[in-house]
Amino acid sequence: MAEYKLLTKDFGMDGIQTLAVYERIGGYEGLRKALRSMTPDELVAEVKTSGIRGRGGAGFPTGMKWSFLPKDVHPRYLCVNADESEPGCFKDRALIDENPHQLIEGTLIAAYAIQAPIAFIYIRGEYHDQRLLLERCVEEARAAGYVGRDILGSDFSCDIIVHGGAGAYICGEETALIDSLEGFRGQPRLKPPFPAVKGLYGKPTVVNNVETLSNLPHIVLRGGAWFASVGAEKSTGTRLFCCSGHINRPGTYEMQLGTPIRELLEDECRGIWKGRSLKAFQPGGGSMQVLLPEHLDLPLEMDAVQRAGSALGAGAMVFMDETTCMVDVSMRLVDFYQHESCGKCAPCREGTYFESELMHRLEAGALTPAELSTLTDICDNMNGKCFCPLGDTATWFVMSAYQAFRGEFEEHCGAGGCPVKRRHAAMAVA
Amino acid sequence: MSVLTPKTRAEIERQRDRYPHARSAVLPSLWAVQHQLGYLSPEGMKEVAELLRLTPSEVEAVASFYSMYFDRPGGRHHVLVCVNVSCALRGAEEIVSHLESRLGCPSGGTTADGAFTWEHTVECLGACGGAPAMQVDHHFQENLTPERVDAILDGVRGAPAAEGPAGRPHRSSGSAAQRAS
Repeated sequence: MAEYKLLTKDFGMDGIQTLAVYERIGGYEGLRKALRSMTPDELVAEVKTSGIRGRGGAGFPTGMKWSFLPKDVHPRYLCVNADESEPGCFKDRALIDENPHQLIEGTLIAAYAIQAPIAFIYIRGEYHDQRLLLERCVEEARAAGYVGRDILGSDFSCDIIVHGGAGAYICGEETALIDSLEGFRGQPRLKPPFPAVKGLYGKPTVVNNVETLSNLPHIVLRGGAWFASVGAEKSTGTRLFCCSGHINRPGTYEMQLGTPIRELLEDECRGIWKGRSLKAFQPGGGSMQVLLPEHLDLPLEMDAVQRAGSALGAGAMVFMDETTCMVDVSMRLVDFYQHESCGKCAPCREGTYFESELMHRLEAGALTPAELSTLTDICDNMNGKCFCPLGDTATWFVMSAYQAFRGEFEEHCGAGGCPVKRRHAAMAVA
Repeated sequence: MSVLTPKTRAEIERQRDRYPHARSAVLPSLWAVQHQLGYLSPEGMKEVAELLRLTPSEVEAVASFYSMYFDRPGGRHHVLVCVNVSCALRGAEEIVSHLESRLGCPSGGTTADGAFTWEHTVECLGACGGAPAMQVDHHFQENLTPERVDAILDGVRGAPAAEGPAGRPHRSSGSAAQRAS
């Protein structure tokens, strides 16, 4: 089974970033259909029928999320989560770069479904060029009557504000995103109340991922039932998988959910580079547990990957060949969480610091076995005990790698350097 | 006396009026200050506070949370190299040591001629498909080799100081064509 191109169908088309070209290929017809022939309730029902689950990582059913908004409380707000910062993840950037109007159309459809007068696109600070592109596209759409007052002659009005972040992974967490958008430090809020009840400016708010929203024009035009027939039963549609690491052809590939991981690796990524073999991979970005070659026949399906002890998360596949040091990889991920911890709760703020310090000494071969044994204790004091998932996930990869590659971790103790790198350097010389 | 130009102040007022609540304009206003001054000076933040009717400490508390705001002046150009897993697997460390020797200062430092401030970061830049990758003045540079890094730095060195978003043409990065090459 090759790629199944729904959202990526028009990637690479000349001028796709302009309204004229997007309209020529049928752009904004989904919005027109929704506004002319569907009530907001019918639209929510159609999206429920599609079975689409959020593409940001948690996989929550989108239609159900929308239906949690309390009746008759207005205004409501839509936040588009374009704060993509998961290590290994670059699909939202591709969706913006390669088809920005598709996202804007999806945003307007969602705003109509929940009757939001303003949609905020929160885009990470590093995506500077992408923010400028979106701003230009929103102005183009506004001039053509797709954004603003009485859209396409209907009585629905919606403005879109593109809001740039400034370097904080935590702002991808929906309540931290809301705090940041309100002009505060981006720290997560206690839930409940959930954003659906009390979100941006204390009003009912929906936060949806870029990829989720980019699906909406297709769901509206082709129907929820059609969408549900694509992919797997409980993971409907396609997903963009960001493939990186030791593979021959890194990139973003759109696959039907349910396709075996092996096909993604062998057919799209063209296998592991340099004729080497696969040692391990991460199926859902930096937060998710390590999987092994024996897991390659698992389907790209949220529940199946979860049963294997990991998760599809944000759809980032990082492949590592036989020369990879799992201690080094763990150290980099732990460093990432230590850098990105917002400091609000002690288990995460202190725990990631301890983790990082320990992993650096381990990778340098300067740790004793007794010190290594404290890793489990540190992680136990974090996982499930942090204020938000950032601190929990800061333990998932390293603990799974420690379990699957215990010998490699132990071998580092007192080795005076990284034994894995030393071994492969010696082999390269021989 | 104002350290911000009329253009920057006008941009902050435009941002303030875009949102239902003025405070939401803090991040975009700080960007406007940084793009003018190159960093967030206490005087610049004080003016943001005045324009948004906040206290200077409220603005500073926000600014210090976000890693992309600079609290001191740096070089004319900024180089940010990713060392997270996907880039590390494809040679980020080689790029880091090359930059260190080529620019003659460690990560976080500024070159003697004031042309570059560079740093490596564990914050994944979202360019894993083109790893190893870096950003120069906010623009992605991917599939790096030491030779490519040299060519990029040579191209930028003579160019004027990094401007804010207003003055920069959009250039879509990471396009399909670029990935395929």
